[in-house]
Amino acid sequence: MTDATANPAAAAGSPRHGSLLSQDALTKKRNAAETRFRLYGLAAVSVGILALILLLASILNNGLGSFQQTFISLDVELQEDRLDKAGNRNIEDLKKVSTFGYAPLITAAMAAKIAETGIQIEGLSAKDAGNIISKDAPAQLRDYVLANPEKIGTTVNFKVLANGRIDGYFKDRVTMASAELDSNVTPQQLMLADALKEDGVLIKGFNWGFITNPDASENRPEASGLGVAILGSLYMMLVVLILALPIGVAASIYLEEFAPKNRWTDLIEVNISNLAAVPSIVFGILGLAIFINFAGLPQSAPIVGGLVLTLMTLPTIIISTRASLKSVPPSIRDAALGVGASKMQSVFHHVLPLAAPGILTGTIIGLAQALGETAPLLLIGMVAFVREYPGAPPEGFFDPASALPVQVYNWTQRADPAFVERASGAIIVLLIFLLFMNAVAIMLRRRFERRW
Amino acid sequence: MNDMRIVEREVETKAVKISARNCQVYYGETHAIKDVNIDIEDKTVTAFIGPSGCGKSTFLRCLNRMNDTIDVARVEGEILLDGEDIYDPKVDPVQLRAKVGMVFQKPNPFPKTIYDNVAYGPRIHGLAGNKADLDVIVEKSLRRGAIWDEVKDRLDAPGTGLSGGQQQRLCIARAVATEPEVLLMDEPCSALDPIATAQVEELIDELREQYSVVIVTHSMQQAARVSQKTAFFHLGNLVEFGETGQIFTNPQDPRTESYITGRIG
Repeated sequence: MTDATANPAAAAGSPRHGSLLSQDALTKKRNAAETRFRLYGLAAVSVGILALILLLASILNNGLGSFQQTFISLDVELQEDRLDKAGNRNIEDLKKVSTFGYAPLITAAMAAKIAETGIQIEGLSAKDAGNIISKDAPAQLRDYVLANPEKIGTTVNFKVLANGRIDGYFKDRVTMASAELDSNVTPQQLMLADALKEDGVLIKGFNWGFITNPDASENRPEASGLGVAILGSLYMMLVVLILALPIGVAASIYLEEFAPKNRWTDLIEVNISNLAAVPSIVFGILGLAIFINFAGLPQSAPIVGGLVLTLMTLPTIIISTRASLKSVPPSIRDAALGVGASKMQSVFHHVLPLAAPGILTGTIIGLAQALGETAPLLLIGMVAFVREYPGAPPEGFFDPASALPVQVYNWTQRADPAFVERASGAIIVLLIFLLFMNAVAIMLRRRFERRW
Repeated sequence: MNDMRIVEREVETKAVKISARNCQVYYGETHAIKDVNIDIEDKTVTAFIGPSGCGKSTFLRCLNRMNDTIDVARVEGEILLDGEDIYDPKVDPVQLRAKVGMVFQKPNPFPKTIYDNVAYGPRIHGLAGNKADLDVIVEKSLRRGAIWDEVKDRLDAPGTGLSGGQQQRLCIARAVATEPEVLLMDEPCSALDPIATAQVEELIDELREQYSVVIVTHSMQQAARVSQKTAFFHLGNLVEFGETGQIFTNPQDPRTESYITGRIG
């Protein structure tokens, strides 16, 4: 016996296995290996959680500010001689007055406000004082007047956006010292902002514009929003859902339940698994070549984005649907066939309802993946600067739009530091959508899961 | 086992319901059923016994073409139900299975209500014109399944919530709801405790009045208790087929004798 020769105690006639109260060398070694492995595992999990916490903390730290915005409350006199020279409130005539016609009204209102509050700041010109208001404010005012022409000639209270640098000052992005070096803002303007804040003219509020506004140009970060991007992403998800769910489920049911098992179906199965691993940018090139160059669909349109993302999501949906169809016990199929149901009745009456939670979860995970996808959208032109909201579906599917992840990408490319905050804010919005979708997936699974 | 009772049991000769002629079954290369000839009578319980893997379940599944769902399975020869070849290309297995019901080894109620479990077959075969007709069919079937009294107050409860024995009787009720002429049972009691087994066996004896019942079983005692005819399968061959009493007391083939006395299987 080998262990008898290895163990002198056994040879001396004592029991072969020694005392149970003390661990022998081999047991100690095994236990040590197990302890080490547990520690490795714990370390790996901790690193992952730490990375997640750091990521979330940095995004929240950078991005939460974008949900707050600095506004200036002004009483603007809508002078009739400037806005409606003819005096007939004809909308076509009103439209002829560009934002340049509105800017002086705001500057005047600002000057009046300063005079009213009695703020005196040395070295601050009237022009500089007017510049603490966003360059987007005249457009805001013009939109209001065009919508309410009867207000011309009256004085209206407006909450206009403050300039991005002023907003940054209240978010600790801009300081007196940095303003000295900055050609876009002067320390005097910051002092004015401080004084206005004390008087309650300058206020911070929730930034609905960030959710609803379209993107804005390079030098107006304060006016930029996610409206077009959210709509574009929503439209694309609709297209993906409408196309990918029925196609994917039909393909999986056919492959899993009806198709003969032969070399061809094996080949198809292998290729579907491979498609799931194809880099997404390849789908972008495919979309560019087929949907835009060949089929002639418009660029930047949610329909093209949706089609590309459908191609990308299909393998995910097919794989998860097949897995959930496979997990339905064969006894249910036997039972249905045994009472004389046809193949199709057994699938649609019994197998599919049982597989539904898995299919829905897979679909939602696929949609969430598609929602966060950026690369293919860059290739089909969704990276364009779009300020017009797309129309209502179905025509809206063909209008140019942006998408949430692409908007993040766009904003990170811009020079103004205010866009760092905006990009992080957009990531937060994207994450909220993803969390929401995953929560729905979990809820559906819980709700429809049944024992059998 | 009460052998005396079996010997004395009276067996009448009845019309042949199913007859197999030179039936062969192949799973790919494997020859699973070899040249089986058998006549199964109407209003009789026929038991298939034999060691594991001898092909008794395979042959049972041939009788309602459940083997069609296995891609590699191939059936040759003739199986006649009331004189019609069920493997004729003109035969739709769906119609056949309405005529030849089946109960499986593991109770497999649908994850639906008890009512829907039983009503499913009549619904898809259009047996009930309206809700009232369906209610009648469901009640009649549950009564025939000897489970009506236990579930009549909770027809809306899920069928999967019943105990194992109740589930199996529900499955039998489901099978008889489509008014089959033959009832195939593939080891219906193997997942049940002795009390539930006794209930199901009693039920099988009652079902004999209206159906031709074919039961596959591992338990020779069960075969002796419930069946009038017994077929012994061994390695894909039908070794011996005859009156149950005769098979168990005076087998003709040495293999049957070895199996019954416990030397093989």
